[in-house]
Amino acid sequence: MPPRSAEALAEAARRRRRLENALPWLVIAGMFLVWEIACRAFDIPVFILPAPSVIAESMVKWWSPLLSNAWATLKTTVVGFLMAVAFGLLLGVAIGSSVLVYRGLYPLLIAFNSVPKVAVVPILVIWFGAGFWPAVLTAFLISFFPIVVNVATGIATVEPELRDVLRALGAKPRDIIMKVGLPRAMPYFFASLKVAITVAFVGSIISETVAANEGIGHLMLVASSRFDVPLVFAGLIITGIMGVLMYWVAVTIEERTTGWATRGQNDPRLATGG
Amino acid sequence: MNTPAPPFVQIDGVSMRYGGVEGTLALKGTSLDVADGEFVAVVGPSGCGKSTLMRLVTGLWPPTEGTVIVDGQEVAGPLSIAGMAFQNPTLLPWRNIMDNVMLPLEVVQPHRRQLRSQRGHYEHKARELLKLVGLAGFESRFPWQLSGGMQQRASLCRALVHDPRLLMLDEPFGALDVFTREDLWDVLQDVWIARKPTVILVTHDLKEAVYLSDRVLIMSNRPGRIIAERTVPYGRRRSLDLTYTAEFQAIVHELRARISDARKGEAADAAA
Repeated sequence: MPPRSAEALAEAARRRRRLENALPWLVIAGMFLVWEIACRAFDIPVFILPAPSVIAESMVKWWSPLLSNAWATLKTTVVGFLMAVAFGLLLGVAIGSSVLVYRGLYPLLIAFNSVPKVAVVPILVIWFGAGFWPAVLTAFLISFFPIVVNVATGIATVEPELRDVLRALGAKPRDIIMKVGLPRAMPYFFASLKVAITVAFVGSIISETVAANEGIGHLMLVASSRFDVPLVFAGLIITGIMGVLMYWVAVTIEERTTGWATRGQNDPRLATGG
Repeated sequence: MNTPAPPFVQIDGVSMRYGGVEGTLALKGTSLDVADGEFVAVVGPSGCGKSTLMRLVTGLWPPTEGTVIVDGQEVAGPLSIAGMAFQNPTLLPWRNIMDNVMLPLEVVQPHRRQLRSQRGHYEHKARELLKLVGLAGFESRFPWQLSGGMQQRASLCRALVHDPRLLMLDEPFGALDVFTREDLWDVLQDVWIARKPTVILVTHDLKEAVYLSDRVLIMSNRPGRIIAERTVPYGRRRSLDLTYTAEFQAIVHELRARISDARKGEAADAAA
């Protein structure tokens, strides 16, 4: 076969990149299309599975409460998530840099993380009353654990030789954490943020469905009690969109700050794809 | 020499046992002296405690028995007049080469205090070092953009940037291919000629030991101690052609024979 010209290769690469950018939208559109066709073809009742067109109609009809409740959920989620980031970083550093803290706290942390958060919400309601704080705290409780574990791992796995180099120079443990441990833990930290932000939504929505008077969780609860299933689905879709948006924010920050961790290959999945 | 200066590094009857009374004995009754500005190579079978020796001299670990004296003072804690380099270059991937080389200056006093006000001076110094090892122009590259040999050169610069009087090298060229390794031998030789630090080079490459050092110390199997030494009769600067001469090869063979004797002796001891 004769070698392909440089332009042809570049054109093929461009086409491939365009396809990759368009692919998520195509997949989403395809999913909704299949859903719509299935609903119509099998004549599925609206109160079991509403078709996307019905959900869209409901979204248009209820746009104002959807938006205000989505905003409430976003607020509680982000506040809880930021608390989890601050607390997770601090505890992660403590656990990763001290064997004593690790041995002492880790079993308790695991036990704590195993408790279903939905069971904690009533307690939070007793303490803080229904509304904003139980949702924030549930988001916080559910999302700090992955951050702690990842930051601790990043710090605890500093190469012993590097530790020796710095220690021999007279570095205090604090120097080692600041100069090596923390920067090294950053890729782990951002990986955990991607997990944490999505589960933070789970936390605040759980809390809103148990005890709240606003938020997407509350809206879905009210809608389902009225058998307004299209509105319940509208709430689910809005939550999904918020999750993707926050995930995208986390990824953008990650790419800006820890590009070194992917060693210049901006997309590792493409490395072999030519 | 009419007035024998006291040795710069003095290790006297040092033993090192890991993990309590029942732990592994890594070194037993090791004694050695290294003069100021001398280049000494320590060779021995793998697992003989060479790396342990390094950590004792730099004060990272206290010996179980015996004393380590560096520059007239007993080593009681980390020794910032020492620079270290290992087989693994251990550069920080989020810092460029320049910032990697500058790392010790952010830690060691008095440089740490002066770094902010005299940044230009220190950067100039780092640049000079990088030039000396052949890395001029690579200051703003990142470690993962460099080959293994270049990373090791940068690691050498990091070990030298705070003007250590003692350079501890733990198999620094062990992971490199033969050609790169020979290049770096000459880099190290030039660095030593230019700055005359006291060097303790731990290696298992006999050719490397003879080519680079003034004196080769041979360690026994674990628990390690110095069982023999061999002075290398060559002046400086040496060239790689030297390694192909019959005399050089004879020295290497002699060292090899002594090490295998040591291992046989140990095996006999163990059997008895």
